[in-house]
Amino acid sequence: MSSVINVRGLEKSYGANKAVAGIDLTIEPGEIFALLGPNGAGKTTTVEILEGFRDRDRGDVSVLGTDPGVKGEQARKWRNRIGIVLQSTNDAGDLSVYETVAHFAKYYSNPRAVDEVINAVGLTDKSAELIRTLSGGQRRRLDVALGIIGSPELLFLDEPTTGFDPEARRAFWALIEDLRKSGATILLTTHYLDEAEALADRVAVINQGKIIEVSTPALLGGRATSLATVSWNGPNGLQSERTDNPTALIRKLTETYKDEIPELTVKRASLEDIYLEMIGGAGVEE
Amino acid sequence: MSKNKLSTNKVPSALAIGVARGGLEVKQFMRQRESVVFTLAFPIMLLAIFGSVFTNELTDGVTFSQYFVAGMIASGLVNTGFQQLAIMIPVERDFGTLKRLRGTPMPASSYFIGKSIVVFVTMVIQVALLLIAGVLFFGVNLPTDPAKWFTFTWLIILGSAASTALGIAFSVIPKSGRGASAVVSPVVIILQFFSGVFFVFTDLPGWMQQFAALFPLKWMTQGMRSVFLPDSFAAQEVAGSWETGRTFWIILAWLIAGLVISIKTFKWEQER
Repeated sequence: MSSVINVRGLEKSYGANKAVAGIDLTIEPGEIFALLGPNGAGKTTTVEILEGFRDRDRGDVSVLGTDPGVKGEQARKWRNRIGIVLQSTNDAGDLSVYETVAHFAKYYSNPRAVDEVINAVGLTDKSAELIRTLSGGQRRRLDVALGIIGSPELLFLDEPTTGFDPEARRAFWALIEDLRKSGATILLTTHYLDEAEALADRVAVINQGKIIEVSTPALLGGRATSLATVSWNGPNGLQSERTDNPTALIRKLTETYKDEIPELTVKRASLEDIYLEMIGGAGVEE
Repeated sequence: MSKNKLSTNKVPSALAIGVARGGLEVKQFMRQRESVVFTLAFPIMLLAIFGSVFTNELTDGVTFSQYFVAGMIASGLVNTGFQQLAIMIPVERDFGTLKRLRGTPMPASSYFIGKSIVVFVTMVIQVALLLIAGVLFFGVNLPTDPAKWFTFTWLIILGSAASTALGIAFSVIPKSGRGASAVVSPVVIILQFFSGVFFVFTDLPGWMQQFAALFPLKWMTQGMRSVFLPDSFAAQEVAGSWETGRTFWIILAWLIAGLVISIKTFKWEQER
């Protein structure tokens, strides 16, 4: 089966600023793929080129077998197969949830059932309410509903849970898991490392217009084999030791303490630790 | 996914989507109480004010109200189309509404069709209310000659189409939704003064008349006067006649220019 997204040697500059400096990327059908990177790393530019919103300077790009730069009727056929959930749209909101979703359904050749989509994003109770009465999280769910109404083969999700409270994020993740089951390929951009870890099959870290690494969340940056930190409360107060073999250290400790090792913790580098190390302090917000 | 591959993937036509958008836009418009009141009641208020201030007759049997109602209908074309769209489209651009639409199979032409429909529908309601109020309260006489109603009909259709196209074309100029009104409204108000909406056109200085003749509003007001004033009044126009044929061609030319500019310059997003 051919790849859903295939990018070779992608470049894009704004004046002297090289926003994207040679990116290769392959995303397979059914994958949830997360693109991570600090602001200004070229993440948004890359995604917007893939979405057909921006021209590129150089490189080969194929999305569902089509160049996203297509125009006219070809572009409409291509857009019929993708869904895009952008960052914060802020309509006046004088339409109800149902009216809006039902209207967008008319744009596509093969839309999903309106009620089913509203139910999938958890807005059934709000179906008849005007958009302007929705909370931020509910609006975001509506955005997703509009992204998936056309039964897309590929869904772009841009910072989907920014501004959510933790509970709403969990609920949102469950929704994305459901979408995965429907077989859609998802390209996710996010600032939240735990989000990438919870959802993505693979992640790519992008910095200064280049992809530094592509891996699974568990293996990124040699995370699985990185040093672990073992801490416990010893005779001289809190003690910790960095080791590549924490099990051996704990075995030794059990001999010393016989019973319970006081306040024992074993900590591996979090995805966030690894990520911050990879981008080398470039993660400072602009 | 296989389901999509097997189906013919026939995307709905641009016209079908455009008609659906028109229905949606009318619904949205009707729910914005402020804009409904402003668009529909404001012309009647102006008619009331001007009708009370100027009670004189311009010539035998032609009251200022009669003259003014023609100008109000013509400037209604400019307000509901040009002004409304040139202000609203930058707002929709700021809100990300346009970018979201761009990400769907909806083509720009459907968006334009939707806008023409909402402009036409609000225009028809506005004119109907204005004429009812004019006849009931301000002694406005409606024409009886079917030929005049024919002129009236094509003026409304062609005028609202041209006004829509020019509104979309002009919408690239305001840099933000917030500032749009400040850029657009003066253009409209100056045109209204220059085109003989608030004053008798032939009372204006010559240079003002010639300037106004470059723009469609002057021709729309003159066309509407040919509908609402007796034919004897034509002698008092600049050319000594209604110039109906010229009116048609000039408005049509503006419609085509507006369409071409809209198609060439329409922006889904404000460039950063």
